[in-house]
Amino acid sequence: MTGAPLIEVEDLRIDLDDGSRRVAAAEGISFRIDRGETFGLVGESGCGKSITALALIGLLRQPLSIGGGVIRFEGQEIQHLSAARQRDLRGNRIAMIFQEPMTALNPVSPVGRQIAEMFVLHKGKSWREANQLAVEALASVRVSAPERRVNDYPHQLSGGMRQRVMIAIALACGPDLLIADEPTTALDVTVQAEIIELMRNLCAERGTAILMISHDLGLVANVCRRVAVMYAGRIVEERGSADIFRTPSHPYTQGLVDSLPRLGSRAALGRSRLKEIAGVVPAITNFPDGCRFNPRCAQATDICRTVAPTADVLEAGGLVRCHHHA
Amino acid sequence: MKLRANLVIGGALFALAILVGVLAPWLAHTDPVLDANLLNAEEPPSWTWWFGTDDQGRDIYSRVVYGARVSLTVGIVSQLINSVIGVALGLSAGYWGGWWDDVVNALTNVMLAIPSLIFALAIMAVLGPGLTSLLIALGLTNWSFTCRIARASALSLRSQGYVQAATVLGYGDLRIMITQLLPNMLGPIVVIGTLGMGSAVLSEAALSFLGLGVRPPFPSWGSMLSDARDQITTAPWLSVFPGLAIFLTVLGLNLLGDGLRDILDPQSRSRRT
Ligand SMILES: Nc1ncnc2c1ncn2[C@@H]1O[C@H](COP(=O)(O)OP(=O)(O)O)[C@@H](O)[C@H]1O
Ligand code: SF4
Ligand SMILES: [Mg+2]
Repeated sequence: MTGAPLIEVEDLRIDLDDGSRRVAAAEGISFRIDRGETFGLVGESGCGKSITALALIGLLRQPLSIGGGVIRFEGQEIQHLSAARQRDLRGNRIAMIFQEPMTALNPVSPVGRQIAEMFVLHKGKSWREANQLAVEALASVRVSAPERRVNDYPHQLSGGMRQRVMIAIALACGPDLLIADEPTTALDVTVQAEIIELMRNLCAERGTAILMISHDLGLVANVCRRVAVMYAGRIVEERGSADIFRTPSHPYTQGLVDSLPRLGSRAALGRSRLKEIAGVVPAITNFPDGCRFNPRCAQATDICRTVAPTADVLEAGGLVRCHHHA
Repeated sequence: MKLRANLVIGGALFALAILVGVLAPWLAHTDPVLDANLLNAEEPPSWTWWFGTDDQGRDIYSRVVYGARVSLTVGIVSQLINSVIGVALGLSAGYWGGWWDDVVNALTNVMLAIPSLIFALAIMAVLGPGLTSLLIALGLTNWSFTCRIARASALSLRSQGYVQAATVLGYGDLRIMITQLLPNMLGPIVVIGTLGMGSAVLSEAALSFLGLGVRPPFPSWGSMLSDARDQITTAPWLSVFPGLAIFLTVLGLNLLGDGLRDILDPQSRSRRT
């Protein structure tokens, strides 16, 4: 199955059922991630990044559900797999780490046991073997004295340490894809850099693909080869990371890039000169007609207010969803 | 750390009761059933007969010592059955929700509406007297409180990050309930279980008092009280000592439950300091 991408999402739609009606919380979501590739999903809070990730691992729960489209893992459709088959994928082939390292570990269980449980659950190891493997897993995320640390409880560890443990748990079974949903948002800036570096190195060594989710375009572009920018439930631009910085094509992406502090210019201009995108993200139940960005877009024309733009292929490679893209 | 009087006293009383039950053959002076001797009938407490004797000349001290076995067996085993039922129903109802939650809720409401002793009485009437019937009757009728607590804990715990993380990592429902939810709700469950043991000891006494408990002549504290009814003015020691045994055991369990709540419940802990 070498030809098929690792994961392929086609025209995915996620419905939100608020009891009286269904609205699309995300739609027309398409992207693919190859084996060992690093792919980023960027957008403001509430644009639908996390629900997209949950859809990938089959964990959308009421009131959210998949309303259409296809998700393929190694060429095989996975959204209709039985609960048991999906569970086999989760943690084993597709792993995920979250924003909150403080709460993602069970407070009454030693961290070593929580790592070991992955080997017991997915690899059928005995607890003896699993405990040994847990020590190695902890060592691989550069925790010192791992044979002592395995006995620690989560409250004895710092936030950065806990996120290391989470990475050890997520990578324990050698997954093919690691989904990292805002993995460092809750951490100090210095710790953030360490954790990102660690995650990137480990995944590169093992050939694990990364789907990195963040509101921070700078962070994502730094880690990922390709980036998709989401706005109000749609992907508006998908490009190589370097291209998106040099020649952002969608007006929203241009706004994001302009609002990033740049080295050098930051010192000269000061923070106050950073450009903000005016206006707010529309609510799910209240998406504007046509292009969803039109109320905030300086280049909007009449067609933008009535017709939703389709995805255009850019000559330089990549996709953009705008009537008047650069 | 401050010495917690209720924990220490309660634990000591309960441990003492268990020790007495376990060591009964060595502690008792006579056989509680066979050593009847009408020549010693209704002796008041003395150096020879520490707690006195009954109308058949049996040593009350030895009968109280052996009676601990029945009371504690009933208290511990029936409460364990209640805890297992309550946790299994409440935990799964809180975690799964939906129709199963509705069923468990309805069942719990029925159990709460009927006084558990009345319910136990009805079961005893069907099963007939005896230790096994006691265990079943008391074990099936006092789980509603545990169930409520387990359900409420599961409801609040299931949105915890580590429970969701476990789902994402491919844990099955049963594994999540056992490894992620149960250990995190154990505190209140243990507290309720300890208090429940106290009330089971009392219920055993009540049922035995009504003649539905352990069959005579084997002693239980409740049946001893029942037998002593007619002689309460002429030979008060017949009721005082088994009564005292019940009182101290239940007191011990209640103090222990309170003490455990203080150390296991972080909220009451922070209120104190
Ligand atoms: N369980 C839920 N119930 C109702 N609405 C939800 C739920 N989860 C997410 N949403 C809505 O779906 C949209 C996308 O959410 P999310 O994917 O979490 O955004 P983000 O890009 O910040 O990760 C938001 O508008 C959010 O309000
Ligand atoms: S389609 Fe129109 S409104 Fe939307 S981003 Fe492009 S120019 Fe702006
Ligand atoms: Mg999110």
